[in-house]
Amino acid sequence: MATTTITPRSAGAASARRASGFGLALTAFFAILRRDVVVTQREFIAFLMQVLIQPLFFLFIFGKVLPQIGLASDGFSALLLPGIVSLTTMLAAMQGVALPLVLDLGYAREIDDRLLAPMPRLLVALEKTLFAALRGVIAGAVIFPLAWWILGSQYSVRTDQIPALIGLLILTALMGATLGLVLGVLVKPEQIGLMFSLIMTPLLFTGCTFFPWSGLSSIKWFQIVTLFSPLTYASEGLRYAMTPAVQIAGHTVTLATLDMRWVLLALVVSIIGFFFLGAWKFIRRVVS
Amino acid sequence: MATTSSLMSANTSQAPASPPLAIEVRDLVKRYARATSNAVDDVSFHVGRGEIFGLLGPNGAGKTTTIGVLTTFVRPTSGYIRVMGEQLSRGAQSIKQRIAVVPQVSNLDRSLKVREILTFHAAYHGVPRREREQRADALLDQLGLGDRKNEKVTAYSGGMVQRIMIARALMHAPDILFLDEPTNNLDPQSRLFLWERIRELNAEGLTILLTTHDMEEADQLCQRIAIMDHGKVLVNDTPEQLKKIIPGGTALELRVRAAEGVAAGAAAADSTDRVLAALRALPGVTQVDELHASVEAPSSPAPAGPWGGGAGSGGSGESGGDLPDERGVATYRLYAEDVSALIGAAAQAALAVGAEVRDLRVQRPSLENVFIYLTGRNLR
Repeated sequence: MATTTITPRSAGAASARRASGFGLALTAFFAILRRDVVVTQREFIAFLMQVLIQPLFFLFIFGKVLPQIGLASDGFSALLLPGIVSLTTMLAAMQGVALPLVLDLGYAREIDDRLLAPMPRLLVALEKTLFAALRGVIAGAVIFPLAWWILGSQYSVRTDQIPALIGLLILTALMGATLGLVLGVLVKPEQIGLMFSLIMTPLLFTGCTFFPWSGLSSIKWFQIVTLFSPLTYASEGLRYAMTPAVQIAGHTVTLATLDMRWVLLALVVSIIGFFFLGAWKFIRRVVS
Repeated sequence: MATTSSLMSANTSQAPASPPLAIEVRDLVKRYARATSNAVDDVSFHVGRGEIFGLLGPNGAGKTTTIGVLTTFVRPTSGYIRVMGEQLSRGAQSIKQRIAVVPQVSNLDRSLKVREILTFHAAYHGVPRREREQRADALLDQLGLGDRKNEKVTAYSGGMVQRIMIARALMHAPDILFLDEPTNNLDPQSRLFLWERIRELNAEGLTILLTTHDMEEADQLCQRIAIMDHGKVLVNDTPEQLKKIIPGGTALELRVRAAEGVAAGAAAADSTDRVLAALRALPGVTQVDELHASVEAPSSPAPAGPWGGGAGSGGSGESGGDLPDERGVATYRLYAEDVSALIGAAAQAALAVGAEVRDLRVQRPSLENVFIYLTGRNLR
């Protein structure tokens, strides 16, 4: 054991040392991204179950059972589906960064090894956020085959807005991930339960998930409240990109949604705002 | 980063040519937000390349905070710091490439297998794939972990976790290794194994800075030691020189019980004073202290996390003042040029003031005794 040396002076490590700061940071960034890919890949089934059980039941009860027993109209599932997609995408992205970060900064400190990598610490926060967003997009995308299977003939999604749909899915995921970053650095491990009831639940029910925003015109105060939930813009955006026009009395009627310009503005502003707040707090948590 | 500017600008032009230092710390101060005192209070020291340097002191002395600053996890309030010739305030990214850190508490990535922990760490530091895989296998073998490299770490014992963290630290061939209380809570066998590895690594040229509250560890491993207490460096020298700090090199330790009538209540303090006065009056005595077990009170409300300091784990309590038989018993240390000549006189002096001598012994030179001499307190 003692005959060999423990620290062979390595050519590779030495050359890595000489590499430019930027190149090194980039290498480190992709290495921590690859770590997340490897870990998620290994628990992919668990990941899918974690994010898909809830939407599965939402779709089944609200999209299938309620219309079938006459408590909801037939067209409801077409309005519901975009809301479920936005909710699932956002929650998956949010949980993908918030939960691990709360535990990591709280006591596990597994992130310390990555914080010692030769790159600005902001990039560690950025990687966490981007990867969580990727998880969100995957979760949102999987909803489509799931909905097709559960809703059967009630499944209807317009196909002429696919690029907009993809773009909105990505923005929704980024919004969830950046919000998750904020929660991840602000919430302490013992407050996780509180986070779910105080933040997730209100967010879920004010996010225009189960109803279109325009339908709230008779409850004006609540319609205004929903405008403060970033999920509202995600849901309305996806509703625009997914809900097909319907024929009513010979007329083609498209669903009235929030103006797309407001949707995009609100999503982009949320993403930027949440990210900078989260990254700032992140740095303050990891460097005392 | 808020550091003083005059020193910094004066030193940016040229790296010091001779002698190349691994670590240079000047006037380091760290005060945590909302703290009432400095966790690190005007500390200066340097570590030469290839040296094993120890920061020795009780919990809450500021050792972990000092390491936190040097490893870029704690922002200094003020001070001037260079690591491998690079100024900390501007070269954090390249410094991170040249240092490695083994923290007090495991922070191993529990989602990965042991071998992956090593290879990913190297990947974070830009070590090419082929090389990182070879290094991981070699290190795992050398640290006796080869047969369990495809397990996750949840099932590992404290000693194994420590070895994995050391193997991980070495993956990117650092110049300086920081070990924060490396053998704290390890069984004696793991402790010896680790000491052996630390010596080997140092023999291969690695600079090592370790913190410990274990005097023996500091004495065994370190070429130079800074003794810290309450955020300050009290002394900084080789173990041999430090032991010479005690006049005459030895101390006489007396355990005495106060006279029956005054054993309890407020009179106990009075008895202590009388014993102290009697001992101090002996010819040739340079110093007499009453020993107090060190109270574990971190000096600042440090934030959570391994760099916040104050992960408490005291050793065996020695005072035992609550045992009925130990009530009224106090321990005194007496320093003189030749303490052995004072054994009889000291016992008589204690008896003369009505105290009962329970134990009397000559303490050989040790770092523990140096610490007690400097602070009047036990380390644990």
